[in-house]
Amino acid sequence: MKRFLYELEESWKIAAAQMRSNMTRSTLTALGVIIGIIAVTLMGTAVNGIGIGFDKSMSVLGDDVLYVTQWPWKPVDDWWNYRDRKKIETEYAEKINHIIGATPNSNLIVAVPTSSLMRSIRYRGNAVDNVFTLGTTSDFTVTSTIDCKEGRFFNEIESQTGAQVVVIGYDVADALFPSESPIDKFVLINGQLFKVVGVNARQGTFLGLFSWDSMVAIPLAAFNKYFSSKNAADITANPNGAKVQSDVRVKVKDKKELTEAKDELTGIMRRVRGLPPDQKDDFSINEQQAFKSTLDPIKNTIAFAGLFITGLSLFVGAIGIMNITFVSVKERTKEIGTRKALGARRRTILLQFLIESTSLCLLGGFIGLIVAYFMCFGIGKAFPSFPIQFSFGLVVASMIVSVLTGLISGFAPAWTASRLDPVTALRYE
Amino acid sequence: MDGRQSVRAVGPVVIDIENITKDYVMGEEIVRALRGVTLQIRRNEYLAVMGPSGSGKSTLMNMLGCLDTPTSGRYDFNGRNVKDMDDDELAAIRNREIGFVFQTFNLLPRANALRNVELPLIYAGIDPETREERATQALNDVGLGDRIHHKPNELSGGQRQRVAIARALVNSPSIILADEPTGNLDSKTGEEIMALLEHLYQRGNTIILVTHERDIAAHARRTIHLRDGLIEMDHAGFIPELDLETAATT
Repeated sequence: MKRFLYELEESWKIAAAQMRSNMTRSTLTALGVIIGIIAVTLMGTAVNGIGIGFDKSMSVLGDDVLYVTQWPWKPVDDWWNYRDRKKIETEYAEKINHIIGATPNSNLIVAVPTSSLMRSIRYRGNAVDNVFTLGTTSDFTVTSTIDCKEGRFFNEIESQTGAQVVVIGYDVADALFPSESPIDKFVLINGQLFKVVGVNARQGTFLGLFSWDSMVAIPLAAFNKYFSSKNAADITANPNGAKVQSDVRVKVKDKKELTEAKDELTGIMRRVRGLPPDQKDDFSINEQQAFKSTLDPIKNTIAFAGLFITGLSLFVGAIGIMNITFVSVKERTKEIGTRKALGARRRTILLQFLIESTSLCLLGGFIGLIVAYFMCFGIGKAFPSFPIQFSFGLVVASMIVSVLTGLISGFAPAWTASRLDPVTALRYE
Repeated sequence: MDGRQSVRAVGPVVIDIENITKDYVMGEEIVRALRGVTLQIRRNEYLAVMGPSGSGKSTLMNMLGCLDTPTSGRYDFNGRNVKDMDDDELAAIRNREIGFVFQTFNLLPRANALRNVELPLIYAGIDPETREERATQALNDVGLGDRIHHKPNELSGGQRQRVAIARALVNSPSIILADEPTGNLDSKTGEEIMALLEHLYQRGNTIILVTHERDIAAHARRTIHLRDGLIEMDHAGFIPELDLETAATT
């Protein structure tokens, strides 16, 4: 054991001396690893960021909220079975709430109706087109975590009377009110004046997924009055020809009992729709998890493909290390012979060259990591919306990858060196 | 014969070789480098191995130095059978029992004299303090006590060979195996190295000298002549005036 430590120490010294005396060569070889590690690390941060972006977007949906919709939140092959389903009506919410109120120990808390449409919003000279405009009730705050940067969400009275008030997303506020507070200002939505009562805190967007930043919310009564025909359940042809999308979201009491809550809601919905027992559900009940299980494979594919492609650059770096270690073995054949004559065992020689290749990789990995860190920092500054995440786990992972690269790429040459016949090696010129 | 040329009283047998052969396969042909060599070397001998190139001199040296194993025959080193040892066991024998001195010195260029001499001690698993102490002592013994921190390229050829000799000595081996130790040195420096080897011999070391130079071999107390893989002559002292053929018949 002691002997092993001494040999290890000696190997480190040789590796350091070797790198010092072949500065150019070592630098160029390490460069391959540096680039490889930068690529892999950046990809790692991007993959991390994508995951966080997904989760963030998903959190808008809430993990304790069920969504009653016409279409399920997953790809379906038999789309024709869903196409002709009845639309979800906002009135269902009221009926559901009524049943919830009458059910003791209900797993559900409250149902909230939502209708949405893409609208243009203007304030004086500024206009934003295609804003996701949501009509809902004041209960909406129960189902969704909304932080107001300024002001508040509309209250129950405004909700019930269909007051012309609006809560706007961060990006909308930014576009319409670049230099003033939007609170109590009047914006035009579809030619109607709405008073801004609240501005949402910035949430950040990612890959065009759902975000509060680019939407506005108004009381459902006002929404129905101005943006849809009398019966919201119809395929509503509004003045601009866009379709109103209505859903009902239901807050669950305990998210651990989501399945029970889902069953209860299914029963309630069947009552609301008046379905006979032999008929299949003509609606879908979704939760965040369903959405997630659709997105996760995409996320994993991106991660796998990205890491594979960037891994190739690290592979090229590893080949460089292998090559230089072979050269080093060749150049120092006589030295290997001498060491063997002096009593170095195979293991000693193997260790020596493995340490050389590994320390070169580790050095490259370390430099690569520092460069990647600053690049992440730069990218974060330049594109704040891109979720890039530099974690400690990533540091550890890339160091481990560096060491493994060194060990794997150094093994073949080191093995060759350790197997050299001392007589042949000593005679080598 | 003067006193210097006489064979001194010697110790127990260190190297005991009986009828060893070594065959090399060179493509289709089998080269029989050694055809049956029997030899005993005792502690505190000073032996020279001579012979023309192709005589099996290098092969015999590799065998004696445990760098290679014979094809057949018996080889005992200090009573231990070497013939069937694996690479690592041979490495251990080389480390502890044999001190190599090479024609080309074979020092590590980037390590100073002290670290070069320490190398066999590292492979023997000696702790750093003892290592430095013994390496310094060995360098003192070869007269380089003031050069221990010099690198090989800061030393003269003779000094480099002294470092190599210190390295050979440092693990107190049973034999010192010197392969053409003066081959890369001018004759004056060569004489200094030979004087150093003589000094080590006088101190009780066993020295095996491989050379093709008669006046270098003349320092040994016993000379072996090899020809075509066989020992042609094994005699005490060195008889420089005698023609080899004549000597063989007398």
